[in-house]
Amino acid sequence: MSVTVLYFAALKEAAGTTQETLPLPESLPALYAALRARYGFAYEPAALRVALNGAFADWTDTVRAGDAVAFIPPVSGG
Amino acid sequence: MRFSVTESAIDAAACRAGLDDPRCGAYAAFEGWVRDHHDGRAVEGLHYDCYPALAGSEGEAILAEALARFDILDARCVHRIGDCAIGDMAVWVGVTAAHRDAAFAACRWIIDEVKARVPIWKRERYAGGEARWK
Repeated sequence: MSVTVLYFAALKEAAGTTQETLPLPESLPALYAALRARYGFAYEPAALRVALNGAFADWTDTVRAGDAVAFIPPVSGG
Repeated sequence: MRFSVTESAIDAAACRAGLDDPRCGAYAAFEGWVRDHHDGRAVEGLHYDCYPALAGSEGEAILAEALARFDILDARCVHRIGDCAIGDMAVWVGVTAAHRDAAFAACRWIIDEVKARVPIWKRERYAGGEARWK
């Protein structure tokens, strides 16, 4: 019962890794809050989007065992 | 596949050749280049991070939306990822249409949507050694 969390950009730098496997969380907001406490992420949750298994998702979506979760900082391509 | 990311230099001529179409009377393109300054600071280079699966699906969605929204024949976009030097092409957008109005409008719309929606992040390296995610 675990999920894979993928890190990008400033979150990758703060976490010091590109991905890790973690126990299945209660919810996406709970997962981000725990990771923010651990790594000191600067972003408020409202500044981020969330993706599940390579597609944009909602913060209220259910997270399931085996999911790949990514928190998406404001983008800056182009 | 209309949207792609690449770790190699973007070959705009090759990209354009992929749009050849005898119905086309207009071609509009946008090239974004890596510049040597940002907000008054000297920039020495930059790095683009990317979530490839999500960038691909979001980029394809933008180009499909452009084809539905504008009277155009085709549209493509290539975005560079990884390390880039000053002067490198960071992004290329190409649009073909029967007439120029739609080609210009769609090209402008696509680059704006790509910058706002595609999960690619820029890390600028400044003179003096500091670097910052934008």
